[in-house]
This record gives sequence, structure tokens and C-alpha cells, in this order.
Amino acid sequence: MRKVAVVGVGETKFSGPQERTSVELFAEAAAEALAESSLKPKDIQALFLGNVLGDFSEGQGSVQAFAAENIGCFNVPANRYEGACASASMALRDAWIWVASGFYDVVLSGGVERAATMGTPLATRTFAMFSDSRYEFPSGITFPAVFAMLAHLYAAKYGIPLPKLKEQLAAVSVQSYKHGLLNPKAHLRKEVDAAAVLSSFMVSTPLQLHDCCPFSDGAAALVIASEEVAKKLTSKPVFIVGAGQASNGPMASQQDYLPRLRARELSAKRAYDMAGLKPDDIDICELHDCFSIASLIAAEGLGFFDFGTSGEAWMKGEADIGGKVAINLSGGLKAKGHPIGATGAGQVYEIAKQLRGEVEPERQVEGARIGMTDTLGGDGCTLVNMILQRGW
Amino acid sequence: MEYKLTHKEYSEALKQQKLLGLKCKDCGAVTVPPKMVCRSCASPDLEVLELKGTGRVQTFTTCNVTSEGREDEVPYHILLVELDEGAWLMGNLIGVEPEKATMEALIGKKVRMTETRVFPGDKYSAGEGASPTFVLEA
Repeated sequence: MRKVAVVGVGETKFSGPQERTSVELFAEAAAEALAESSLKPKDIQALFLGNVLGDFSEGQGSVQAFAAENIGCFNVPANRYEGACASASMALRDAWIWVASGFYDVVLSGGVERAATMGTPLATRTFAMFSDSRYEFPSGITFPAVFAMLAHLYAAKYGIPLPKLKEQLAAVSVQSYKHGLLNPKAHLRKEVDAAAVLSSFMVSTPLQLHDCCPFSDGAAALVIASEEVAKKLTSKPVFIVGAGQASNGPMASQQDYLPRLRARELSAKRAYDMAGLKPDDIDICELHDCFSIASLIAAEGLGFFDFGTSGEAWMKGEADIGGKVAINLSGGLKAKGHPIGATGAGQVYEIAKQLRGEVEPERQVEGARIGMTDTLGGDGCTLVNMILQRGW
Repeated sequence: MEYKLTHKEYSEALKQQKLLGLKCKDCGAVTVPPKMVCRSCASPDLEVLELKGTGRVQTFTTCNVTSEGREDEVPYHILLVELDEGAWLMGNLIGVEPEKATMEALIGKKVRMTETRVFPGDKYSAGEGASPTFVLEA
């Protein structure tokens, strides 16, 4: 296996409903990534693109082929990935495998989604497609309901009184809003305090509106290359030093592990083992905070904090700049937004920018060397983790 | 390999308020809803059995927002029940007012299956779907 680096990244602003097509959104992100890497579209050997709901949001299937042609990557092999909210990370992992194996030298990866364009009722319906359509949807399962049940289970399992857990969850959302406010590409840029979180609309008990990420439109793109090519293109290659992926069945089938998600713990272990690193080595992490409770479960599953204690860690600032590990400095899915097919690529965009020291000074971690991404699809059906390291 | 209990057979029985599961002849674990192999040890050596439809609430939520086309159903409760036979099953809880659906009132409490709710289906669902429905034991 060859070493592989991210040599260029691009991202649109994540937003509410907007009028650009999926192809146009991805083109903007791809143009930025290509410009950063000093490459032309003709240099790209293949496209690996995450897109989940284009069929529903704009009646567009096979967007990967149209996106490739649109940006001038004529006739390249183009693959679309659907792993619910982890789609772009799946796409990147496959892109990495093909370059690491020596089959390709330079490929484009990323994702695009118009989740906000669908509006809340259709988005809620289509997001519920990532639960079991035969055995869960008839009960009226929704994506918030999955994590709401995990929140009650988390409180019960770790013996945390619900009002205390709610206070911790509010702290998670407040921190994400704080960083999102500083990120010009974030969907939600506003200051929200704990009182506002705790008085917001009850979506699915015990999760309120400010516990939930928004549906977003947006795209992100990543050019990745073999080490040999990367060294010619950039003085700041960001190496992919670990990658993991795993799957789970429907929520009830995960009964032996919940509220922990077995797929995450297996995926993260694969990534750590490959990199020869431990949770303590990670400086910054973009993790899958589709709901506030999801942040706690993720931070524990990745090994940053003991099970049942990460809410306390957030309250003490251990998950912020200057703490044990700086989490979701982009604003996370909560504030930066969640264009599901693009989210994982957006996480890698953020980590690459952080490692290169290129984000706004107020949310920059000085000297960050190693970053991690964590992307979750559905109720844990797909988990992908990537570990990225400065190559200079 | 024979598929011992199909989705259709399971659903038709559930609509008659009969909960069918699969018992593993190798490890004894019960799998429900049906799969090709045991959820625990992956053995295909399974036999169909009727479950009691009783268990304890593991977790729940009360939904106030739902999918397009199902808006008339809110608020409703979804729960995960650990059946007496060991498997966890997702379903609905009825007979509890939304404001009374608290952790103290529900988690760990005994429930039993009652008349099955049938979602009539929408344009994406390939037909109807039966949902196991529970009430708290008196």
C-alpha cells in the first residue's frame, strides 16, 4: 500500500434551500480543490462522489457522471456512493484504497446534497429510509426518534438524571454554535445559549430543536494523490494515515451494544491500528453530531472519554480548544450544517484546513498535527473514520 | 438455504396479533423480526416459534415531528422492548398521554402486545407495514 495525501480541498458554503443544482454545487467545490492542487480536470483519473437523495431532491440519479462531465473530467470512471450520512466518507475511503493500491495516482472525491431544498416533511421521510423500511418505518421512526431513544437509553444505562444530561447536551450545542459563528461556510451562524437550547421546540423527547442539526444544501471536494505525485504538487500534503469502515444492522439488532455503536468502535479501531496511533494522539476531531447526544456517543466510541462521562467533559471544556481534544471547530453538523452526501468530505476539508493553519484565528488550533473524522450513516448502519496527519 | 420465516409470513401473523420469531437450534437465541440466520451466532439452523409478546421497555421517545404524509399521527410513542425471550423489538406504545411518557413511568416497565397497528403505506413503501403495538401491564 502506498502513502496517499489530500492535496487540494474545496467546499461551498453550507446553507438552507438555494437555487444552484447539485452539479453546480459540486462544480464550485471541485474547482476550488483543483485550483489548490494546481491540477487540471484532465489530470483526474476517476471521481468518487457521495450523493444520497438527489433522486428525491431534484429528480437526478447518476449525478456523478454528470458532475464529472460538467467540470471537464470527460469520460472518467465515476462512482456514486450511498451510505446515508456517511456517503462522502465511504467515497473518500474507496478513493484512498484505489490510490493506495497503485491503480490510480490522482483522483477526485467528495459529495453533494440538496437536503434543505427538499423541505422538512420530505427530508424527514427520506432520512427515515436509512432505518429499516419493513420493521421500523411502520412504527413511525424518524432520524430524531432514533437518537432520542439513544438519549433516554444513555441516561438510563449510565445513571445520569435526565435534567443533568439535558444540561450537558445543551453545552454540546452551545459549543458548536460558538464555532459555527466564526466559520463563514457554516449554515447556522448565530449565538445560542443554553437557555435557548432548553426552551426550544420539542422535536422527539428528550431532543429539542437545538439538539438537532439542520437539513443543508452544500458540496465538498477533495483531490487525493499518491505520495510521489503529492510531493510535486504541494509543500503541505495532508496524509491519510488511517481509515476504517464498518456496518451495523437495524437499531433493535444492535441490542447488545446500545447506546454504544459497535460499527463505530470497529471502524475507529481499524483506523487507529492502521495509523499506529491512539485516541490520545488526536489533536482535533470532526465527529458526527447529527444530534447533541450523538456527540457524546461518538466521543466515547472514539476513545476520547470514558463511557458515560463525555457530557461532563464538554461542560469542562475538555472537548474544546485547549482541552483534551478539540472537537467540531467547524461548528459541526449542528452549526456548519449537514448536506448529508457531502458531510464527510466537509469534515476532511475542515481537518485539512486546520492542519495547514488556514482557518479563522479564533478557532484555529495552533500546531495541530493529527486530526480525525467520524461519519455515521443512519442509525449506525455505516460508520467511517479517517485519520489525517501533517506531511511537513 | 431455506428462508424459514419471510417478511410476508411474519407480517401476516403480526396483523393477527401473533408475534413470530426464530429460535436458534445452535445457541438458543431468538431472532425477531426474521433474518436468514441467527442474529447472535449466524447459524442458519432456526425454527419458527410464537413469542409471548411480553417484555420490558428499554427506551422510548414521543415524536412530535414526523414524515411527509404521516402528520396526522403525531404525537406518538416509539419504543424498544426487550421481549421475555431476549430479543429487542421496535414498536409503538399506546394508552399513555404524551405528558406522562417519562423515563420514570416507562423505562424498565412491563408491557404486552396489543392490537397491531398497520401503516397503510405511502408511495415509497412498497405497500403496508405492520408495527407491533404495546400497552403497559396493569
